[in-house]
Amino acid sequence: MTEHALEIARAVDGFVAALFVVFGLGVIVTRQMLGTLYLFVLHALALSASASVLAFAYASPHLGWVALITFSTKAVAVPLVLRWAAGSEIYQRREVDQVLTIPVSLLIAAGLALVAWVAANPLLQAIPDRPFAGINLPTGLMSMFFGAFTVVVRREGVAQLMGLLIMESGAFFASISIVSNLSVIAEVAAAVDVPIASLVIGLLIRNIHRVTGTTRVGALAVLRERH
Amino acid sequence: MDLALILIAPGIAALMALASSRIAPWATLAATLIALGLALTSALRVARGAVLSAAQGGLSLDALGALYLLLVAFVGVTAAVYSMGYLHARMAEHTEVPPRYRQYYPLFNIFLVTMLAVPLVSNLAVVWIAIELTTIFSAFLVAYEDSAEALEAAWKYVALTSMGAIIALLGVLILYYGVTRAGQPVTWPGLIAAAPALEPAVLLVAFVLWLIGFGAKAGLVPLHTWLPDAHSQAPASICALLSGVETSAALYMLLRIYPALAANPGIARPALWYLIAGLLTVGVAAFLLLQVHDFKRLFAYSTIEHMGIILTACGLGAALHQLGTVYQFFAHAFAKSFCFYAAGLATVVFGTQEIAAVRGLISRAPPVGWAFIIGAIAIAGAPPFALFISEFEILRTGFGAGEYFATGLLVAFIGLAFVAILYHAGRITFGEPEEASQKVRLPGASLAALAIAFAPLFVFGFYLPPPLAVLLHRAAALLGGTG
Repeated sequence: MTEHALEIARAVDGFVAALFVVFGLGVIVTRQMLGTLYLFVLHALALSASASVLAFAYASPHLGWVALITFSTKAVAVPLVLRWAAGSEIYQRREVDQVLTIPVSLLIAAGLALVAWVAANPLLQAIPDRPFAGINLPTGLMSMFFGAFTVVVRREGVAQLMGLLIMESGAFFASISIVSNLSVIAEVAAAVDVPIASLVIGLLIRNIHRVTGTTRVGALAVLRERH
Repeated sequence: MDLALILIAPGIAALMALASSRIAPWATLAATLIALGLALTSALRVARGAVLSAAQGGLSLDALGALYLLLVAFVGVTAAVYSMGYLHARMAEHTEVPPRYRQYYPLFNIFLVTMLAVPLVSNLAVVWIAIELTTIFSAFLVAYEDSAEALEAAWKYVALTSMGAIIALLGVLILYYGVTRAGQPVTWPGLIAAAPALEPAVLLVAFVLWLIGFGAKAGLVPLHTWLPDAHSQAPASICALLSGVETSAALYMLLRIYPALAANPGIARPALWYLIAGLLTVGVAAFLLLQVHDFKRLFAYSTIEHMGIILTACGLGAALHQLGTVYQFFAHAFAKSFCFYAAGLATVVFGTQEIAAVRGLISRAPPVGWAFIIGAIAIAGAPPFALFISEFEILRTGFGAGEYFATGLLVAFIGLAFVAILYHAGRITFGEPEEASQKVRLPGASLAALAIAFAPLFVFGFYLPPPLAVLLHRAAALLGGTG
């Protein structure tokens, strides 16, 4: 690949990374359950787009598979599986339950973004041969932090699941810039893993709703240790 | 082919259990026995010095893998036998069949497949997937009772350990980059071969991500909070698997990366990470053991303590040998499964897990009462049981290596845990029952499982069959010790 083409690819990847961050932030602050799901799909599409750019830049068929698998599992299969497993009435309801207010959440998210940038630095210095790592590694870490933060501040089961999936997308967003040759068996297994996990967690949410009358998993506190 | 069959047998049993719940217990028992038989023959070959491989290198087995494989297969058999009696005894308390009964055996078998896959698959990314799937397939086993409490426990279990798994995933992929760049396959031997040439930052970042990620699954403090909840709610047979071998799967990963850290000249004193994480876990668990109110939670906190001891042992053994680490890893599986089997039967006897509501277990149901107190003595690390030998070896190694402060702290925490466990177990087992004694019919299959689980716990305290001793030494040598 020529230097000019690499520059263009980096610019496109940078733009996709910015969208990836924005969609991740959106999942933290959106109050609508369905909105959270749509943002997650957009987030997965951004991951798929970045993998496509990198597949082209590195001439890596493996990354092409990652792009395709991400699109088919996260953007298509997960929403369908969740609708079937959790039931439409669960994730179509308006979600207003959040531990922190939106401005406070955004402020913390900004801090997490900064921490991700700093935390990625030692690793970036150790892998100078990967031209996209400077974009993807800190962005992926940010998404992992955003996902973990979503799990912590959201009380709804579906929103927490979205947080987990965003973390997982973040891990892949970071790693596709340094690993362009994941074995086929690992790719296939990863493709199967995400829908299965979504199915099981979706079913768990439906059962929690059936037994407790709510999907506010953050409010479940029967098992706290007594003192 | 043998290695593949170990996975295929419970896989077929899962399909049979899906087809018919009547044959499910027997199919499960047959599959676990086949898996144990094959694991035993494979382990014997490994003990003789072979490194087994199958499926064009997709599956492989070395000494540490063989040891873990044996543990999973053995606890799998005892859990299958125990389930045959325990589930029916629990069902007798309800007016109708629990909604999850039909799902129990298919999930049990798939859960077993994922755990058996951990030591067998060669590619590290696939090992990660196997560990992640252990959580996914055991979630509804934890939620078996279908109560609000059981579902809450299952949710916490899935949420926290899945978060951990995703963090560990990034570590796996970073290692993937480093190992392939060094021109090695992404397997355990490939990692060790690549380790000296890896950038220290790459290896260290991957390890820290593993420590956090797999640490959550292993119940290391402060990521342990799911563990007592899940163990207090899951059926005792599932607790035996979760506690005896599933948490160990995550610890297996942390142990296996240690030789790679030690082989990298740019990483100063990697053992310190193990000592700090291990001692923090043992210390917190020892204090938590003092204030438990539920006897299944008592054993759960003891599991956290044991995970911490194994990690500390790895740090202490760095300078000399890792025999104590491997022996503790090995003995923990037998002791903890035995304890949960006894706890499950105590629940059948009293209908509660509240320590305050339970007295005179020995008077009420002597086999269960004796098993309970023997199990408590064993996990506390008293002689003549296998955990006494392993903990003694760990402390001997620690003092021998000149790690006086860390070993002294470990002695103090083990002592505290010893007092706490025996205090609670004594209250439960001795004395007179508060209610008028009512004859309780104990399930024969569960008592049989208790007896089977007791044999290695007792025998390995004073005698190790020579092939097993060789396997332990070979496994210890793989962790960087002299064996």
